[in-house]
Amino acid sequence: MTQTEFLNTVMPFKDKVFRLAKRLLVSKEEAEDATQEVLLKLWRNKGKISDYKNVEAFSMTMTKNFCLDKLKSKQAQNLKIVHSNYQDHKVALQKQVELNDSMSWIAKIIEDLPEQQKMVIQLRDIEQYDFDEIAKMLDMKPTAIRVALSRARKTIREQLTKTHSYGVK
Amino acid sequence: MVLNKIEKLIEKYENGETTLKEEAQLKDYFSQETVAPHLQHYKAMFNYFSFNQQETFTKQLPLKTKTKFNYKWLSVAAVIALMVGFYFNQNETITEQDKQDYEKAKSYLQLVSQTLNKGTKQVEYLTAINQAGKQVNYLKEMNNPIERIYK
Repeated sequence: MTQTEFLNTVMPFKDKVFRLAKRLLVSKEEAEDATQEVLLKLWRNKGKISDYKNVEAFSMTMTKNFCLDKLKSKQAQNLKIVHSNYQDHKVALQKQVELNDSMSWIAKIIEDLPEQQKMVIQLRDIEQYDFDEIAKMLDMKPTAIRVALSRARKTIREQLTKTHSYGVK
Repeated sequence: MVLNKIEKLIEKYENGETTLKEEAQLKDYFSQETVAPHLQHYKAMFNYFSFNQQETFTKQLPLKTKTKFNYKWLSVAAVIALMVGFYFNQNETITEQDKQDYEKAKSYLQLVSQTLNKGTKQVEYLTAINQAGKQVNYLKEMNNPIERIYK
């Protein structure tokens, strides 16, 4: 497989890989690194690409695993300082001003969702894959995907109505 | 589109039961300028989804095709080099003429060394002069008392 052939197979879904990585890792730089890593892994194993039934689904699964591993190692590294009785009001206010824009509000809400729901929302509502494809990528049953999706959508809507009616009701 | 239908679709959407087609319809509806006020917050949500769809990966991929160094060819080259070396070595055998030349040169060099040895024997008596010089050195010591006397 030559370089152009490889790029032609990878091009259509490289953005999707990047967006999924960004959804999970949040930081743009880290997502770029993760995408690069995933694509380079594919490139190194380019001899086997023709054996894969669905390169796109395979890459998405790879991305998912890579990002989850990354998150796990990050959690293991970082020492968390927990202050339950201390609240910095200034920072909270600042954040609220920043997040006033409803776009970033939604990003924030999705960020707070559990990883599985994040991925399902990303793959369904943004990338518009059908349930069978998502089931293959995430190794989940379609019914489980439906449940996760429904929960995620409801949470987003609830959070949004809360912030929208904030100060009105 | 009828508002009633949209509301039904939204309910289905929240239960995760909509098809992709129906979701596209919802997206279409919420991309309008004006939506029903009680559905306003969905507009933000769907806008966010379609906005996020446009983000792209712009980093350059460093795809390098590593040309593997083939050690087979290295061994082939080594064998060829060795064979060429042996071939030229065989040509350099010592001939009769070379031997004669060697003997001649040897005898000439011997002659030179013999004459040189003779020369050094003749000059050997010069060491006797050096000894005499040393013996005469004590005369300097005599100078010291003479100088004292002059004072």
